[in-house]
Amino acid sequence: MLNGEAGEATRFAMQLLASFSRAVGAPALIDITRAHIDGCLYHGQVSLDFVERLVAGGGRVRVPTSLNVGAIDLIHPELSRLTPGEQAPARRLMKAHEELGCQPSFTCAPYQTEFRPSFGEQIAWGESNAIVFANSVIGARTNRYGDFIDLCCALTGRAPAWGLHLDENRHGRVLFRLAGFPASLQPTDALFVAVGLLIGSLSGERVPVIEGLPAPRSEDQLKALGAAAASSGAVALFHAIGITPEAPTLSDALGGRAPEQTIELGPEDIARALKRLSTVPDGSPITAVCLGTPHFSRAEWNRMLPLLRDIAPARGIPIYVNTGRATLQELQDEGSLEGTKAFNLITVTDTCTYLTPILERLDGTVMTNSGKWAHYAPGNLGVQVAFGELEDCLASAAAGRVVRVAR
Amino acid sequence: MIAQSYAAGEAEAPALVLSEALSFWGGIDVETGRIIDHSHPDRGTSVTGLILVMPGGRGSSSSSSVLAEAIRRGTGPAAIVLSIPDPILTIGALVAQALYGVRCPIVVCSIDTLATGDRVRIHADDTGSAQVDTIAPR
Repeated sequence: MLNGEAGEATRFAMQLLASFSRAVGAPALIDITRAHIDGCLYHGQVSLDFVERLVAGGGRVRVPTSLNVGAIDLIHPELSRLTPGEQAPARRLMKAHEELGCQPSFTCAPYQTEFRPSFGEQIAWGESNAIVFANSVIGARTNRYGDFIDLCCALTGRAPAWGLHLDENRHGRVLFRLAGFPASLQPTDALFVAVGLLIGSLSGERVPVIEGLPAPRSEDQLKALGAAAASSGAVALFHAIGITPEAPTLSDALGGRAPEQTIELGPEDIARALKRLSTVPDGSPITAVCLGTPHFSRAEWNRMLPLLRDIAPARGIPIYVNTGRATLQELQDEGSLEGTKAFNLITVTDTCTYLTPILERLDGTVMTNSGKWAHYAPGNLGVQVAFGELEDCLASAAAGRVVRVAR
Repeated sequence: MIAQSYAAGEAEAPALVLSEALSFWGGIDVETGRIIDHSHPDRGTSVTGLILVMPGGRGSSSSSSVLAEAIRRGTGPAAIVLSIPDPILTIGALVAQALYGVRCPIVVCSIDTLATGDRVRIHADDTGSAQVDTIAPR
């Protein structure tokens, strides 16, 4: 591929991959079975310069390749508050990736779709929350590939033999022990988000192991933990004893070694981490609710919709839910969203409300059950944020201010 | 001080030492080079033209694009010094160099002796070796 026999785009991709591999000290390349591209979100002219060069060079992906969120909801383009001038390059970027052979999945949760990998599969994934989910919850193997390198891997079908592709690098090095909690500790969404935020900020580059986490209600809670850990830190893989596939026992998770450090997490640590997420006190008026960061799964929809119909918010406060287009299609085909417009439910696909202008109002407080949304949105959008459980968010939409109803 | 080179280049500029890792995505405004991360202690400071020194990388895997775009616009740092390698920032610098010929060296070494305001010189080659020297302390 380096001598141009497979085309100019592949040569360019392989050259960058080779430089990158040298930079990370990989002695060789391995084959990958799939890729997930983070680079279709427009960050500036460089995003297009890179991809157009590959398109011009005849580039085509060599493995099944899914796409992460873009800057525009292509299915509900009326939601975008970008100017036409801003939309054009963002649209072109999403389209150019399709021209390279990428599938238009446009979701940050490819593990919830047909693109879900299997245990042990070597893949090259971008998107920080997808990386940690694939490694931790599924036991597939990827490093923290980002924009540019993810496409280089997809165009060559190769990745550096380094980092989390290798057994020896997947063992835990820092142990987090939940201590001081009642034996009846419930798996609340807030607990998983808080643990995620804490391991993210304290792990550094070491793989964290968590002991004492209650069995999650569903893998969506592990999704939330990973997303929080990948936002507050650089976690790409975590082990939860007795829960995640590479950690049936503590010894398995640690590779038979003692941890380099043991950190206890108690109820006060959890409470403090959660308190830091909200920028306003309880009782503050809210202007919107944002759910689905990462994209709402079918299971999350199934849990939310009955609650929504029950609570029946009627103050006109918009409830934005980000989700994958495949999930949305399923819900629409079933008629599951009928009548939800009355509660001001606004579905958003292909993108997310914290990284592109969609929210109608940026001057108030938005409530969310996503640690990732709460972490990034104030800096990105300038909004105030309140964090709560799903029930709290819906009850707050009904009340018009931050209230807490979840036990 | 001997360091490891991850992206080659030369730089000589004042250092800006961050106490916490910074995610370029969601953390830097490419138009101004300022730190916009809501939770970062150095929020408001500009990184433009300075040698950015920090413990490591953090957060979104889209930081590559943000770094490359900042380099393209001329608002990026002159170089980046980390105490642990970060492949995401590395590829951002490598792409900016491949597309635009502009180099932002990225090196890894101990950062304990570097202080904000120190004038630092970096020489990073493309075989993995680099040199980081304080030529005039603050």
